[in-house]
Amino acid sequence: MAESPLVLVQRPPTFDFMDELLSRNFPVLTTHHTSSAPLLVFLSRHASSVRAVVSIGRFKIDADFLSHLPSLRLIVCTSVGTDHVDLPECKRRGIAVTNAGEAYSEDVADYAVGLLISFLRRIPAADRYVKSGQWAKCGEFKLGIKLSGKRVGILGLGSIGSLIAKRLEPFGCIISYNSTCQKQSIPYLYYPDVVSLAANNDVIILCCALNDQTRHIVNREVMESLGRNGIIINVGRGGLIDEKEMVKCLVDGVIGGAGLDAFEKEPGVPVELFGLDNVVLSPHSAVATPGSLDNVVQLALANLKAFFSNQPLISPVRLN
Amino acid sequence: MESIGVLMMCPMNSYLENELQKRYNLHRFWTCPEKSVFLETHRNSIRAIVGNASAGADAKLIDDLPKLEIISSFSVLTEDVADLAIGLILALLRRLCECDRYVRSGKWKYGDFKLTTKFSGKSVGIIGLGRIGAAIAKRAQGFNCPINYYSRTEKPDVGYKYYPTVVELAQNSDILVVACALTDETRHIVNREVMDALGAKGVLINIGRGPHVDEKEMVKALTEGRLGGAGLDVFEQEPHVPEELFGLENVVLVPHVASATVETRTAMADLVLGNLEAHFAGKPLLTQVV
Repeated sequence: MAESPLVLVQRPPTFDFMDELLSRNFPVLTTHHTSSAPLLVFLSRHASSVRAVVSIGRFKIDADFLSHLPSLRLIVCTSVGTDHVDLPECKRRGIAVTNAGEAYSEDVADYAVGLLISFLRRIPAADRYVKSGQWAKCGEFKLGIKLSGKRVGILGLGSIGSLIAKRLEPFGCIISYNSTCQKQSIPYLYYPDVVSLAANNDVIILCCALNDQTRHIVNREVMESLGRNGIIINVGRGGLIDEKEMVKCLVDGVIGGAGLDAFEKEPGVPVELFGLDNVVLSPHSAVATPGSLDNVVQLALANLKAFFSNQPLISPVRLN
Repeated sequence: MESIGVLMMCPMNSYLENELQKRYNLHRFWTCPEKSVFLETHRNSIRAIVGNASAGADAKLIDDLPKLEIISSFSVLTEDVADLAIGLILALLRRLCECDRYVRSGKWKYGDFKLTTKFSGKSVGIIGLGRIGAAIAKRAQGFNCPINYYSRTEKPDVGYKYYPTVVELAQNSDILVVACALTDETRHIVNREVMDALGAKGVLINIGRGPHVDEKEMVKALTEGRLGGAGLDVFEQEPHVPEELFGLENVVLVPHVASATVETRTAMADLVLGNLEAHFAGKPLLTQVV
């Protein structure tokens, strides 16, 4: 390449949706390497001038990776979650991090509501019932569960959580929440911890960040508190839930059911779930619309432009 | 008290049936082998009919029962129908059924599912702004959807955009929802012209009645790609559904479940019982239609 690269794009081979726009604006270097050794060799050879990394996908950005990029001052993530980035190490090195901000919030909020209604009204199972010809042969389908009047507890009332609340209110749902920020201006009932949130709700919706404090925040105790008719909707990270316990709770009827868009070891999904009719499963698709992708591309570009012209970043992540 | 004869048209809910049995002299119409003989024998004792959308009381039956005072319909509650309409929209646009199938089949190991269509902000056109249409509008507004509607007369204070014809409504909406009553005028209200106006990027949601939509034309429009997709709870010949729809991933099909929640069925039954009780006690009815 003619110029020394300023921007390194680390992405899976098929995720090329930003290539054209980025290379139009900056000298770019792209890598698909996922395993350490080839990647680190590559970086040593080619990436000494790189000042910004665009990280697409969930490749782990750790101290080793960072130490091979001596000029690095910015990491642009295309996800909202930054659990794959060693944030304390970034802070130590004076590297700023940006995420997807609110680029996905509407689509994720829509999806969470979609999962909830699909679960309660058994839409995927009903669709299978009709398309397999069973309606004509076997008669009436199983009854569903009413949404109106359900108490819904939102874990994490950030951008996504607020939009979910706004969408569920007209359905007659009663909204409460637990969040790191309790504000006077929020009109919903606040619960100080997840166990009490679960105890007082019919549904809990997980949309908080995954970090050391929130890993397995939904554990056995929370699920027992939620109870045999309780429902979990997860549009956050798989790691928010103790997945092994959840599978047991679903199979044994400790909780009523779940709508899950994320899992601990994607794309691996516990096979016990495949035969259950009290789950709706989804392949981490809550953000997957052209609109959301477009938003995150524009946001990434805006963050990069701001960085290279010494302007304030658009969607910085707090590093402590 | 002399036993009041109540004629129940078809099995619809066992709780309702048991309660009617307890309180009245219940005749189960569907168990009568010779309906004309039955009517001859009991015509003077039947003072109430309990029916539903698929088995109601037609003009002839009403004529045959000289002592008939009240017809009570086991009919849907607004919220559950409106909830299902939004549920169908989300399941359709975001391909939730396909996603669920994708994971269960193990295909996720080999690649991500594809991009789907955003719901928030899409324009929703509602045919019929009665209780159910209004409830759908209120829910869709939570998703920042502009609301359009068609009804026989414009409603001045609703704050939604009125279109004087269904074709114009379809032309100007991304999502068309059927939420009106079925009458002679509204049969096939969604016809070929409407579906062409809705177009290859538009989707149709039917939580009304099967005959609201020209089903043969709809199947053609979907299989030919002239209509973007459909979420359907009702069909012209239930439980028979055109098999051409079974393989389409831009179609969500559910077996007439708009009112099929445990809570609604109980409430619907209580409404029937409440209306009958009120009537025979000379009190005002709970939900009087005529």
